[in-house]
Amino acid sequence: MTFLVATAIAIVRMRCLFAVVMLSGIYSLTTAGVFIILDAVDVAFTEAAVAAGVSTMLMLGSLTLTGHRQAPARIAPILPLTVVILTGVVLLWGTSDMPRFGDPEAPVHRHVAPRYIQDSPGEIGVPNMVTSVLASYRGFDTLGETVVVFTAGIGVLALLGIGGRRGRSAKDDPDDVAKRPTDDHE
Amino acid sequence: MNDDIVLTVIGKLLIPFILLFALYVQFHGDFGPGGGFQAGVLFAAGIILYALTNGTAAAMRLIPPGLLAPLAALGVLLYGGVGVATMLLGRHFLNYSVLAQDAVHGQHYGILLIELGVGITVAAVMLLIFFAFTSRED
Repeated sequence: MTFLVATAIAIVRMRCLFAVVMLSGIYSLTTAGVFIILDAVDVAFTEAAVAAGVSTMLMLGSLTLTGHRQAPARIAPILPLTVVILTGVVLLWGTSDMPRFGDPEAPVHRHVAPRYIQDSPGEIGVPNMVTSVLASYRGFDTLGETVVVFTAGIGVLALLGIGGRRGRSAKDDPDDVAKRPTDDHE
Repeated sequence: MNDDIVLTVIGKLLIPFILLFALYVQFHGDFGPGGGFQAGVLFAAGIILYALTNGTAAAMRLIPPGLLAPLAALGVLLYGGVGVATMLLGRHFLNYSVLAQDAVHGQHYGILLIELGVGITVAAVMLLIFFAFTSRED
């Protein structure tokens, strides 16, 4: 946790975006470690693969398109700071109402969880209960998530284009000469 | 992008294991941690590593970008298709119990199929976004 806070402060203080991207990767990896400590292996796996791996890669990819330095701030950060602090205080105030961590009497453990734990081995027969909840009991949600990922891909495709007309004309110019002859031979 | 021999060789060594591990995570998600999302991301990461060591153009020859958008749609269609199939077999949308003789086996098949759909979509979309970003730099 201390490490998380230290990384977050470093990210805020830095101006070099390359280091910021790397630090956010480290931040995600640390979060994955926290999830493992909490016994949420599936979540930790996702966090490590998606957040620490692929999003860091995509951020680096977009960094090569933009610059490596952050522009210095032009306005005094008083108003944003106030908003952030207020939100933080409200969130902390909200958590004071939540049940204690690991409390077996907490509403989340009394609603559908007991049914999943008792009936899922018989009904689904899959040892990993996370999978059975994710794919079967909550099939609708997962379908929605898949559609969200798909929509994100379509959005990027629509905005940036790929390999095709615009992308290729910009990309293939240098090695066009090298590639054309092989195409002709075929 | 890079002609460093160390990176190329290490990448060559690692990529098969990354892809194999992705497939393991994909089909072993019922028994251990993991599933379609993680497997798709891992698979995409393997290809991205190839793109980083051997150049984006080589990776695009390996996996043609024109193939990725249909693949992304295919994953969603597979997922939705399983749901429609269960409806046609007389149950609720995405109730897999009817896919085999007994309910438990049906659930197994259903989960396997929809996880495959998720994996295909996630891998295709991740590669799509990566290619879209990298093909713009010159």
